[in-house]
Amino acid sequence: MSENSNIPAIAMRGVNVAAMRDASFTVIEDVNWLVAAGEFWVIAGQELSGKSDLLLLAAGLMPPAAGTYRLFGRDTRGLGEAELAERLRIGFVFQGGHLFNQLTIAENVSLPLRYQTDLTPAESAGATRALLEGMELLPLADVTPANVAANWRQRAALARALILKPEVLLLDNPLAGLGARHRLWWLRFLGHLSRGHEYFGGQPVTLVVAADDLRPWQHARRRFALLRDKKFTVIGGWNEVEASGDPVLKELLALHLETTAP
Amino acid sequence: MLYAAAVHGRMAKAFELANTQVLRRAALPKSYTDLLGRKLFLFLLTVQGLGAFALITLGVILRKHRVAANVIRPRIRQEIARAGVALLPMFFFVALALGFLVVGQTVSALARVGAISYLGSTMVIVVVRELGPLLAAFLVLARVGTANVIELGTARALGEVEALEALGIDPVHYLIVPRVIGMALGIFSLTVYLIIGALASGWLFAFLQDVPLTPGDYFKQIVESLGWLDFALLALKTIAFGFFIAIVTCYHGLAQPLRLDDVSRVAVRAVTQGVIVCVVIDALFIVLYLVT
Repeated sequence: MSENSNIPAIAMRGVNVAAMRDASFTVIEDVNWLVAAGEFWVIAGQELSGKSDLLLLAAGLMPPAAGTYRLFGRDTRGLGEAELAERLRIGFVFQGGHLFNQLTIAENVSLPLRYQTDLTPAESAGATRALLEGMELLPLADVTPANVAANWRQRAALARALILKPEVLLLDNPLAGLGARHRLWWLRFLGHLSRGHEYFGGQPVTLVVAADDLRPWQHARRRFALLRDKKFTVIGGWNEVEASGDPVLKELLALHLETTAP
Repeated sequence: MLYAAAVHGRMAKAFELANTQVLRRAALPKSYTDLLGRKLFLFLLTVQGLGAFALITLGVILRKHRVAANVIRPRIRQEIARAGVALLPMFFFVALALGFLVVGQTVSALARVGAISYLGSTMVIVVVRELGPLLAAFLVLARVGTANVIELGTARALGEVEALEALGIDPVHYLIVPRVIGMALGIFSLTVYLIIGALASGWLFAFLQDVPLTPGDYFKQIVESLGWLDFALLALKTIAFGFFIAIVTCYHGLAQPLRLDDVSRVAVRAVTQGVIVCVVIDALFIVLYLVT
């Protein structure tokens, strides 16, 4: 956990978010957002609303185009290679996984640990095996990502992000394209991480999830925000989400679909 | 006339990022002067980008030689195997062919005009200084350089580079440094094998043509024509070939944002620029030979 729990994990003030692929294009303007340690946030938005870019910025992978972003109280503009340990307190799971295709699932998962702590494959095998086993990935350990179904690739990407035991985990549309059984597994596992998982010694992990479908994320203790028309709006808890008359939010809850279905 | 208008004011940005895609994707200009201007800008941007990328890579090699050694050293061994050991059978065949085409014919021609005493210096100039290194560089460029661009371009297009950065792994350190070191050492070693193989097979073909030259005389002439500078410059030249071929191919694969459909075009461009870079380096070394 953070050394000082009063310091927010993520603190954005007047932040403009540029597109990852084209830094001259601003996708979200004036983001003011505080994420306290242990919170579970769901960022809702339609396709191309800038969810991924916001998360990439939050992960410290690109600087804000304007405004200030403090990660655990430190301005991210000053975070260089010397402060890498600080940046590794935040983990990222890409939509689709973005696994390294040349490596097996076990090598993918162990790579961050081996690189950051300079371990041989034999030295990292124990920790990797334990994590793979806990996430039911052990039978796929020696298979390359191209030969694994998308459901399991996404799960392997989660394992790869968890092996460094980050305090904050950012997940970009993690349920996209998953089957019902896997969606259920993910929701249970993330809930467990949020409450405190044994892999993290029972410490809760701060979670931020970007989603284009809000229905699976219904939970009284979660916090919700909406991205639309280049604006970031904090909605509040689930009650506020349900009470909101925002048409985009209703679409993300698929209320239109349910009311217009025959 | 000026390209600032043609690319909607993004020229400054393009220079800043050395992102030649901006110019390449812009609509074709109407006049020849504009086309010439675009080519000139593209050339300058590419030189700037390659120079910056080479310096960054060199900096990472020097600064991080002890970082994550248990991950990077096996990757370097893997790349040496790929750009060196795995190419040995092909180089054996090429050495035989080179010996037959160049050495065998030269030995035979010199013997016919009674100039066999010039054999050593001719062999050293043709095979040791020029053909050996250049041919080795071109073959490695074709076999491994193209694979570099495609692998890195695909990795970039599929978001693997962002994934490395998210995990705190320096993409230059993990992806580029092993390739650069592997290719530099690979081309150096393969050139040595190619030269030895070509000279040996050259004598074999001369012997088959009944040229009155004993192996002792043949190799004595070659050894007498070789100076310490030949060894030093051969090492420098082949390492420079390997370094810059790796830089050019990795730069085109990795340094710019790519879409999957860009990968094949970028591979062709990288090979062309790789050939040009090798010829330029070779020309610089010719000047060095002439001066010394």
